[in-house]
Amino acid sequence: MNPAYSPPASPSTGEAPESTVSGSARGRRFRYDSRLTAPLFITLILLVGQLSFGILESYYKTALAIGTAILVEVVLARVFTGKWPHLASAYISGISVGILVRSPAVWPYALCSAISITSKYVLRVKGRHIWNPSNFGICAMLFLASDSVASLSVQWGNFVWPMLVVWALGSIIIWRLKRFHICATYVLSFLFFSFLRSWLTGHPFLAEVAPITGPMYQLFVFFMITDPKTTVKSKPGQCAVAFSVALVEMILRLNENVHAPYYALFIVGPIANLIEMWWTARGSAATAEPALTAAARNNG
Amino acid sequence: MQVRISKIILVIFFLGLLAVPLVLKRLSNRSEAARLAGDPGSALSRYGFRFEEVSKASGVNFTHKAPQLDPKLEHIMPQVASMGAAVAVADFDRDGWQDLYVTSSGEGSFNALYRNLGDGTFRDVAGEVGLADLNRKETGVSMGAVWGDYDNDGYEDLFVYKWGRPELFHNDGGRGFTRATEKASLPQWVNANSAVWLDYDRDGRLDLFVGGYYPESVDLWNLKDTRMMPESFEYAQNGGRKYLFHNLGGGSFEEVSEQVGLQSRRWALAASAADLRGTGFPDLFIANDYGVAELFFNERGKRFREVGKATGVGFAPKSGMNVAYGDILNTGRFSIYITNISEEGVLIQGNNLWVPREGTSGDKLQYENLARDMGVELGGWSFGAQFGDLNNDGFQDLYLTNGYVSADKGTNYWYDFSKVAGGNSTIISDAKNWPPMGGRSLSGYQQKKVWINDGAGKFSEVAQVVGASDTYDGRSVALVDLWNRGALDAVVANQRGPLLVYKNSVAPENDWIDFELEGGSSNRSAIGAQVRVYWNGQVQMQEVSGGSGFCAQNQRRVHFGLGKNASVERVVIHWPSGKIQNILTPRIGKVNTVKEP
Repeated sequence: MNPAYSPPASPSTGEAPESTVSGSARGRRFRYDSRLTAPLFITLILLVGQLSFGILESYYKTALAIGTAILVEVVLARVFTGKWPHLASAYISGISVGILVRSPAVWPYALCSAISITSKYVLRVKGRHIWNPSNFGICAMLFLASDSVASLSVQWGNFVWPMLVVWALGSIIIWRLKRFHICATYVLSFLFFSFLRSWLTGHPFLAEVAPITGPMYQLFVFFMITDPKTTVKSKPGQCAVAFSVALVEMILRLNENVHAPYYALFIVGPIANLIEMWWTARGSAATAEPALTAAARNNG
Repeated sequence: MQVRISKIILVIFFLGLLAVPLVLKRLSNRSEAARLAGDPGSALSRYGFRFEEVSKASGVNFTHKAPQLDPKLEHIMPQVASMGAAVAVADFDRDGWQDLYVTSSGEGSFNALYRNLGDGTFRDVAGEVGLADLNRKETGVSMGAVWGDYDNDGYEDLFVYKWGRPELFHNDGGRGFTRATEKASLPQWVNANSAVWLDYDRDGRLDLFVGGYYPESVDLWNLKDTRMMPESFEYAQNGGRKYLFHNLGGGSFEEVSEQVGLQSRRWALAASAADLRGTGFPDLFIANDYGVAELFFNERGKRFREVGKATGVGFAPKSGMNVAYGDILNTGRFSIYITNISEEGVLIQGNNLWVPREGTSGDKLQYENLARDMGVELGGWSFGAQFGDLNNDGFQDLYLTNGYVSADKGTNYWYDFSKVAGGNSTIISDAKNWPPMGGRSLSGYQQKKVWINDGAGKFSEVAQVVGASDTYDGRSVALVDLWNRGALDAVVANQRGPLLVYKNSVAPENDWIDFELEGGSSNRSAIGAQVRVYWNGQVQMQEVSGGSGFCAQNQRRVHFGLGKNASVERVVIHWPSGKIQNILTPRIGKVNTVKEP
């Protein structure tokens, strides 16, 4: 999951709007960089989880994941863009890996972070990375290193209050960042598909709903599927993608895939991005062609 | 051009990262294949020992039966009724041969007491001595048992813990047993999966710890409702209470858990006591299902202080199912082995091998988990495990059994299990929310693990080569020299499966020495006595245990492998009373009987 609000390698092309906050009585103005919202929020989730339950495998594994992500980001950005990157994106990737990867070994934390960040620089189409970095990294680890790695699934506390705090706070923040519709679409779709799965399998409805009450989904919903760098631009398109992720997840769940949400986003995310690129390019070509024709006519 | 080259380098770097897990897996597989190459016949020459399963040939014909609990649990019955196969070892009749008490859990099924006839065969005498018929719907069914001479008359008495009414039996001179439950003031109902004898206050009388799993208010045959599951998969504190029965003498006990600070509602699955700090008082380690482990330091017999977090063992919550102590590096200090769940692609908790951190001791003692580094981390859905020198090379090896529910082959309940286990407490804690198992397996048909210790910090897995090749749902393991040959045999109790007796053939060139201790001012079973053997420039420590592993108890006799051409310099025994006894001329290749001076 990543860049919930992933800043670009170069601040000049940043997507996340900066907001300013009036400062002290002296009239100084402090500028609040809205790109810090997501890192602060995910840090809050980490703190709530750790202080209430002690969720982390260990501090040093999480620190390793964060450190590796930041290091790889800095090195790759300097080498391939020549610029100093904003580190919020790498921080979120690292902390996501630190929370979502569960392994008694140390190396998966570093490797998953490295794969996540590197994927941003390698898997690009027309200058845009099409997979959510930490989703890619975690899927790669689950697929390639299943004997050493699992994802956060059952290891967090199952109590309601920490979960409600995170959901409420997350919803407010996501609302202010104008991406609540993505989360809402996904959650409603998940609930609908839970009902459908319950009907199809005969299993209790609460059993089908159970996963979304766990902590992994908090991170998945607030950070992965809302990532602006790897989601489509239009609001209806974003809702359609969120619905599609839930749909593919349902299909995977009916096939008893334990990592269904990760794999669903892994499949749907890049396809949606490619379709949007193709659609945008098609539109640009259509508008560019008459202009070229007119120019040629004028020149002629 | 330069940009293109740097892009190529980047892609190669990326592919290299993706290849890392595959390379690691390949290297691991290659070394494992090399290790496992060869037929079982070569095990003796390669590893110095070999197992042969001889239960039928030795007259042991016992199959564990699982209970049939409240019909409201029918849809997940294999998952709930998943424990109760247990084995505890003692020489109950003092004829010099180790006997086996094994439990069943089906209503109306019988437990067995296999008397060792000394000629290589066993006979079940449980019915004759009154220890068979303990499994009834009204009074609950057996989960395990531990032997301990609570009245110091020289004969091992038996405590049977159940999902139901616990039972204490007095051993009447090895000829029969008398029920002593009422006199001991034991509670009417405890859903226990762990118990251990220990003399926590060193008064010379054995006390008894009992760890509850389900809350004691739950009658699994008559459920008021289905909200009896854990409230969380790894943070549950709605399990059974803990009991510490202080032995008052004369067969009376007083429950003192609250006074001494042993209060916990975690879901205990295993417990074992040992003096971890050299204080002379036994500390208590509890492995909890659905949560962190608890380590209680014994404050000079007055109180217990929980130090799980402070020592490092109570940090990451897992599914603890075993406690075994072993001096694995021959340093005179115990490491602690805790088993958990590892299922490829789903849940990799990894087992814990807590090794004392260098430079820490006493109240500042800390542990670090070296299970991965030493190669004993992944054991499937692990249950019982015990340390013992299986090839007499002078280093403690590790036998582990595993497997949860082996039902229909090729089926898997893991998806549904993990789906609910990650849910909110109101969902997970109610059995009616759990999808039906429908004959599916859950970490079933698993291969067992026998890890041999190279003494330099690495264990190698050799189970298939040395003949431990069953795939039953193993629960309890006990190591015992059944034939008095100076070799540790393995007895494995399997859920809904047969009791297996693995007879150990050890290469004769390795020496060994055993000690049979009898307390004087200490408890007569000598439980808690520590024996240090100094030989060939090294030292190994073992302690007489009142229960270890998962629902198991090894022989009380302590067995040391010594390797080739051993020369024992001295043996030091620290008795629970505080006395220290030096033995200067112990006999190698013999069982040395030692009485407390």
